[in-house]
Amino acid sequence: MTVSPAGTVPPSPIGAAAVLETEGLTKSFGPVRALREVDFALRSGEIHALVGENGAGKSTLIKLLTGVHRPDAGLIRFEGAEVTFGRPADAQRAGISTVYQEVNLVPLLSVARNVFLGREPRTRLGLIDAGAMNRAAAELVGSLGVDVDVTADLGRLGLGVQQMVALARAMSVESRVVIMDEPTSSLEAREVATLFEVARTLRSRGVGIVFVSHRLDELWELCDRVTVLRDGQHVHTGQLAGLDRVSLVATMLGRDVTDVAREGATEFGDTHRQSGEPVLTASGLDVRNRLHGVGLHVRPGEVVGLGGLLGSGRSETVKAVYGALPVRSGSVEVDGRRVRANSVRHALRAGIALLSEDRKAEGIVPELSVRDNIALAVLPSFSRAGLVSEKRIDALVGTFMRRLRIKAAGPAQKVRELSGGNQQKVLMARWLCTEPKVFLLDEPTRGIDVGAKAEVQALIDELAGHGLAVVLISSELDELVEGADRILVLRDGAVARELAGERKTTSALLAALAGGAGTEIGPEDGDDR
Amino acid sequence: MTDSTLTRAESGTRRGPRRDADWIRRNGVYVALALLLAVNVAVTDNFVSEDTLRLQLIQVAPVLIVALGMALVIGTEGIDLSVGAVMAIAAALIPLYIGYGTGVAIGIALLAGVASGALAGILVGRVGVQPIIATLGIMVAGRGLANLFGGEIKSIRDPGIVALGSQSVLGVPYVVLIAAAVAALAWFLVRRSTYGRQLVAIGGNKRAAELAGLPVRRVLVTTYVLCGLLAALAGVLLAARSQASDPTKVGLLVELSAITAVVIGGTPLSGGQVRIAGTIAGALLMQLITATLIFHDIPDSTAQIAQAVIVVAAVYVQLGRRRTRR
Repeated sequence: MTVSPAGTVPPSPIGAAAVLETEGLTKSFGPVRALREVDFALRSGEIHALVGENGAGKSTLIKLLTGVHRPDAGLIRFEGAEVTFGRPADAQRAGISTVYQEVNLVPLLSVARNVFLGREPRTRLGLIDAGAMNRAAAELVGSLGVDVDVTADLGRLGLGVQQMVALARAMSVESRVVIMDEPTSSLEAREVATLFEVARTLRSRGVGIVFVSHRLDELWELCDRVTVLRDGQHVHTGQLAGLDRVSLVATMLGRDVTDVAREGATEFGDTHRQSGEPVLTASGLDVRNRLHGVGLHVRPGEVVGLGGLLGSGRSETVKAVYGALPVRSGSVEVDGRRVRANSVRHALRAGIALLSEDRKAEGIVPELSVRDNIALAVLPSFSRAGLVSEKRIDALVGTFMRRLRIKAAGPAQKVRELSGGNQQKVLMARWLCTEPKVFLLDEPTRGIDVGAKAEVQALIDELAGHGLAVVLISSELDELVEGADRILVLRDGAVARELAGERKTTSALLAALAGGAGTEIGPEDGDDR
Repeated sequence: MTDSTLTRAESGTRRGPRRDADWIRRNGVYVALALLLAVNVAVTDNFVSEDTLRLQLIQVAPVLIVALGMALVIGTEGIDLSVGAVMAIAAALIPLYIGYGTGVAIGIALLAGVASGALAGILVGRVGVQPIIATLGIMVAGRGLANLFGGEIKSIRDPGIVALGSQSVLGVPYVVLIAAAVAALAWFLVRRSTYGRQLVAIGGNKRAAELAGLPVRRVLVTTYVLCGLLAALAGVLLAARSQASDPTKVGLLVELSAITAVVIGGTPLSGGQVRIAGTIAGALLMQLITATLIFHDIPDSTAQIAQAVIVVAAVYVQLGRRRTRR
């Protein structure tokens, strides 16, 4: 990096005009403001990282840029001219290609057909000139360093190769802009290397690339500049070189690096009294491309926090423990007894409960009553001869509605009519009904109002006080630092660090989340990679 | 932040129109049935007579039985297009095995329904084939199988079968009694049994049901087996009533009538709810529409068009409700 002379305008490499630019871009979905007045500029010949945590607005921005959605306000300029993309095809025709994590090509057509879809070379009779098409495709794919039979059906190839084909297509249409949305999340290391090579080739040809990834290492390896979004707003754009990881992560999370732990930001009390042998011991959990040998143990009455940025494998870890995500290897033990792998029902029977992060998709059954939602997980165990014991359920539901102070018109009210906070309490009640020994809580306070949040936090404390072993996932630093007795920090699907005792501070957590040189490896994890 | 659409329901600002749409979806079928009855009482000659009533009930019974099974399947967010073919198979098996006795023949016919339902259930619940595809395949293959069992119309002379189709207890035909019993059983299953609770939970949110440890696959297989069994029962009753079995005709398009009855009865195609009383009313309404048109010498083809219009309207009401929710 050359240092720009003092007094000049912000660094702007020679010839690097913005190829794609937004001004005041705003988009709401119903009452949710997904994007607020975002200014973003992509130069040609640069790889521009776009980062942000959940709900930051990355996907919304991309969908606006590629014509999937239309902005409520603001404008998009492409090569200097204002444009409106009515649909994705318009953006593609203009020269904006997208490479998604899930490839959006036609799996049943050949590689060559996919590369030239809609622009196939024709013979004089107007038929597809298969020979010419295959030759051109082979040349193009070959130039990307990919060795593949271009007449093979795309769907039969590996995901990495499919993405290369998507890139080849982007090159063949001579895109000016390529948007890569988490392209590496399901690739093997070798495929990632090839992908990066291709991205650099494109950059050298003057293509502007937007690169979205949750793997921080990749940003510094590949990208020139970075834009950070948070809660739908633009918060930072700048060079990556010279920016340290902690600052970037702090910006993503909206925390100051020098921010000292704010005591009492949550309802959590002091350390819990944990005792005895671990009730939950998980080791060597391996999920393809997601987890690499994650292990953890929790003692009765202990709250173990799982920290990590988006995509670090937090949710995957608890799902793997719960048997809801197929593991390749690894073991889970409750009270020293091995739990059968990949079976939710065995995990439940062993005393594990999981409060899922996605309340709507994996939690509530919207059309059922509060009562039936609470009783859902105990249905099998409360049944005799195919009939449910209504009395037992009524008693149990009544108890938990009082204990968790669930605000509903009554047990018969439909759960979809409840507020987010009360829905969350219904789900907590559902799992507490099963009398778990281990409670896995994935973002239990996300998206609920302040009052309910405090209540949920106090409840977690109370449960631990009664000897329940708790695993707590949270994106909020305060919640982890104050709520957990120990924090395991995950990065790229492995435990990178453990924070406990005096080292359990917000700034230490921030540093651990960012990772990078000097902060590697806590004392207790022997299975790092 | 994803839950804001849900919390919005609390504010109550859109309560009015949404309540109306909900009310129409729930009770529209009863209103329509009452209106059409009133019209017929007023204008149709000889409508209010024991014979008319009995004939209508006998005719609706097989469709109702199929529709009750269909309601369970639709409650799981599924659909079963194979019910007509299963009826034909069951009807074709009766003359084939009647030599072994009435009970054996009926038993084998019902067993065929169970087998077909189990196949559909395994394809949907275990293999993960889409319900419409799985049962479409069984529908086509099943009709072929029925033709294989009996290529032409066979008359059935067995006294047991004939009695089943034509006799009554205290003036109520067996066929109607059986349909009523099936309806009562279905109501009990949905409202009182563990199976019924699990079924609506799975239809309402399959992933949540899985994570709650419910036996999702077993419930799905059971549901398709019940639907197949009821379709076979309907096939047996139809054969008994007509004292004949015609594999090319039995149960033809019954899947459409059954789905229509379920949908206009207020059971959403999106699953998660099963409305037994609505399904009964839906089946009666469809029967009454057909009968009304026949009473007034309007051809059958017109009746089919009327059915189509009604089902589209009913589905539209459902979709309208879901749109307001989003």
